[in-house]
Amino acid sequence: MSNIHVNTTVNGDEIGFLCDPRETLLDCLRDKLSLTGAKEGCGTGDCGACSVKLSGRLVCSCLVLGAEAEGQEIETIEGMSRDENLHPLQEKFIEYAALQCGICTPGILVATKALLEKNPDPTETEVRYWLAGNLCRCTGYDKIIRAILDTAADMREAS
Amino acid sequence: MALDDQSKPYFKFVGTRPKRPDGIDKVTGRAKFGADSYAAGMLHGAIVRSPHAHARIKSIDTSEAEALKGVKAVVTRADFSKDIKFTSGKDSEHWNVLENVMADEKVLYDGHALAAIAATSALIARDAVKLVKVEYEILSHVTDVDEAMAIGAPVIRKGASDKSVPSGLHENVVSYYESGHGDVETGFTEADLIIEESFKTEATHQGYIEPHACLASLGSDGKGELWCTTQGHFSFQKVCAALLGLETSQLRVTASEIGGGFGGKTTVFIEPVALALSRKTNRPVKIVMSRSEVFRATGPTASTSMDIKIGMKKDGTITAGQGTFRLQGGAFPGAPGGMTAMCAFAPYALKNVHQIGYSVMSNRPKQAAYRAPGSPMAAFAVESVIDALCKKLDLDPIEVRLKNASRKGTKASYGPTFEEIGLVECLETAKSHSHYKAPLKKGQGRGISCGFWFNFGGETAVSLALSEDGTVQISVGTPDIGGSRASIALMAAEELGIPYDHIRCTVADTATLGYNEISHGSRVTYATGLATIKAARDAINKLCKRAAEKWGIPEEAVKWEDGHAVPSGPNAGDFEPLSLKNISEKMGKTGGPIVGHFEANPEGAGVSFATHIVDAEVDPETGKTQILRYTVIQDAGKAIHPSYVEGQFQGGAAQGIGWALNEEYIYGSDGRLQNAGFLDYRIPLASDLPMIDTVIVEVPNPGHPYGVRGVGETSICPPLAAIANAVSQAAGVRLTELPMSPPSILAALKAE
Ligand code: FES
Ligand code: FES
Repeated sequence: MSNIHVNTTVNGDEIGFLCDPRETLLDCLRDKLSLTGAKEGCGTGDCGACSVKLSGRLVCSCLVLGAEAEGQEIETIEGMSRDENLHPLQEKFIEYAALQCGICTPGILVATKALLEKNPDPTETEVRYWLAGNLCRCTGYDKIIRAILDTAADMREAS
Repeated sequence: MALDDQSKPYFKFVGTRPKRPDGIDKVTGRAKFGADSYAAGMLHGAIVRSPHAHARIKSIDTSEAEALKGVKAVVTRADFSKDIKFTSGKDSEHWNVLENVMADEKVLYDGHALAAIAATSALIARDAVKLVKVEYEILSHVTDVDEAMAIGAPVIRKGASDKSVPSGLHENVVSYYESGHGDVETGFTEADLIIEESFKTEATHQGYIEPHACLASLGSDGKGELWCTTQGHFSFQKVCAALLGLETSQLRVTASEIGGGFGGKTTVFIEPVALALSRKTNRPVKIVMSRSEVFRATGPTASTSMDIKIGMKKDGTITAGQGTFRLQGGAFPGAPGGMTAMCAFAPYALKNVHQIGYSVMSNRPKQAAYRAPGSPMAAFAVESVIDALCKKLDLDPIEVRLKNASRKGTKASYGPTFEEIGLVECLETAKSHSHYKAPLKKGQGRGISCGFWFNFGGETAVSLALSEDGTVQISVGTPDIGGSRASIALMAAEELGIPYDHIRCTVADTATLGYNEISHGSRVTYATGLATIKAARDAINKLCKRAAEKWGIPEEAVKWEDGHAVPSGPNAGDFEPLSLKNISEKMGKTGGPIVGHFEANPEGAGVSFATHIVDAEVDPETGKTQILRYTVIQDAGKAIHPSYVEGQFQGGAAQGIGWALNEEYIYGSDGRLQNAGFLDYRIPLASDLPMIDTVIVEVPNPGHPYGVRGVGETSICPPLAAIANAVSQAAGVRLTELPMSPPSILAALKAE
């Protein structure tokens, strides 16, 4: 099978890559572009570890084909802090110990950033249901939820 | 180990909550996990697995696969060491591991590996797997523990039993354990009420989000490099070397960041395979498991069948406890029958107690450790019966547990005498906690349970090197599975008297340090922590010596205080204190590098206890259980970094909630696993859980300089029973089988 040439924008940079038509966007990000922040926890859309934004939409990159990224804008965890300052969510996750192993963290951060852009003042229940597609096996979610609610409050105050 | 300097009265750094050293890497995506490593010229490996639960391999034809463009090599059992021979019992450990890594004559479970392929891309490797033709002679199989022990059950492997097994038992029973004290029969005659009940729990998976992954490189000269996600790279080094017939020291293993383990990453699966493929192709080979491979072929916990009998007086005194625990451990020996039995009654000071444990083989994947292996199941059975006794005798469940609680000096149900332990403190904390007194609505129930785990020490080596700028680097050999680098740096800061930020703790590779046992048994903060403290004291002695030489006074006349060498008293002389940096910046000229060491087996890991309180509500229409409120109370001895201690408490509770309510391995009558994915094997989601409150109890462990007890495992012991007890109160039915999924609760309600 011949490879497909795909042109996309990743975290603001124009990037092209060649991919097999069967390769997922997650495979392409990781294996072709060395962006290994998105993780494969399941490959079936169940764990959210591969979460990225695709032209503004939060997706599981394991469920998107690399070829589908043609002409789209992709945002990954690697683009979350553009300068030396971390995004407030990243800061707060460290401060709250909202990660143990950290494998779920990139996906949860990308998903949560998308939530706060849509809804800067979510309730605990809203956060919990928004993250229902992001599995974390280590933390029991407690510190994650607290870190998110606190970041949201800080960000509302700052804006 | 004699430790006379226990319980520092005041801590400057220990007990604070600084940022973890790997924090930024973890929140930016930079941290490198098992699958995040790449090498030039790398090939991708994929594994051929059995679709059958039990079959003889008649032939493997790889010709078509090998003909596929891009395929570089195929390996089978013939590519591994021929020196590893089957013997009976525990001596066969390497053989068992090898047999699990790559089947020989028979496949023993659905998912058992039997060949592997290396190709230029992961897609080609996967395509090639489908082209391998295997001819099987299907054999009868068994996956249930009671059936596997019954007369006529297919024998998984002749001669696998060890010497502990009494004659007359089925050959699938591979190990037997029995212990106790007093006389249970007499004890039962003294009881006012006896309850006898049988329980079953299904196997659950550790469910770490990161699948097993590795990158291996091995030359024909027997020198190799292995990068992998593991709880114990030193153990992987030893085992991989044996399986491939290498010299241990010629294989260097580096542990990646690990995306969860919980016991499941204590054993090799794909690593020896990647090494074999690499040796055959002379190229680096990467293997990453798919999620379904993780479920089908890596360690779930044991499934169980248990019988419990407990007698109680009207005043709540337990007069006797007896338990029989049958643990199904897959197609290999090793199910924790003995440990389950040992844990069962450990929380209680019983005059008469007796327990039996069986380890049983079946046609399932080899069980692996899962957080306090065996203890959660035992607690589910025992604590359910205690709860039922309390209800019938109209006694408060915490009062009854307090009345019978193990304390310092109690002869434990499994033999030894307890030193300082914190069970009574946990129970008292539970009793006075606002959660225990909060009102419940109709349809809601509250359950409590205690839990116990031994904790371990084990082989540990740490080195602590000073830099000229007064900072310190610590090399440890225990992979950081929950923030341990932060705790270790805190303990070093405490000893050395320098800021936490001036210390960097690294998980060193196998070429850098002496042997370190796996990060398991809740041992890291205890054993690596103790080793770090000792290594720091070793460095301090060397620092004091340099100061003494500079001042021209005897070594004994110098002591270390708050980060400085100072004269030990007025007689020693009057000298300006020397900071760590003052000394280290000159070390090159005053005798060379200053490095502190510790290499030994810390042996004072204190046991740990917990009490959990949970409120649950059962929907009578659907049978669904909602956890409304959850409180974990556990003795940590001394919490070094309280946030990560709380994290362990919360994580264990959440896993226990999943185990109690949803998680299970479902086998069809064909012996195939039916739910090998996160959609059908449902672990708790954020939307399933409430906040999980924690209380850290601190009863110092006399075996650690600061009093640390391991905390990682005990937290999963109480939830199963606590939730069963809450469900029983909420719905009026007691479930004796896990999981208490909606259909099984509905069935129990209907049967009422
Ligand atoms: S890897 Fe994409 S959802 Fe799990
Ligand atoms: S921190 Fe390990 S899976 Fe979330």
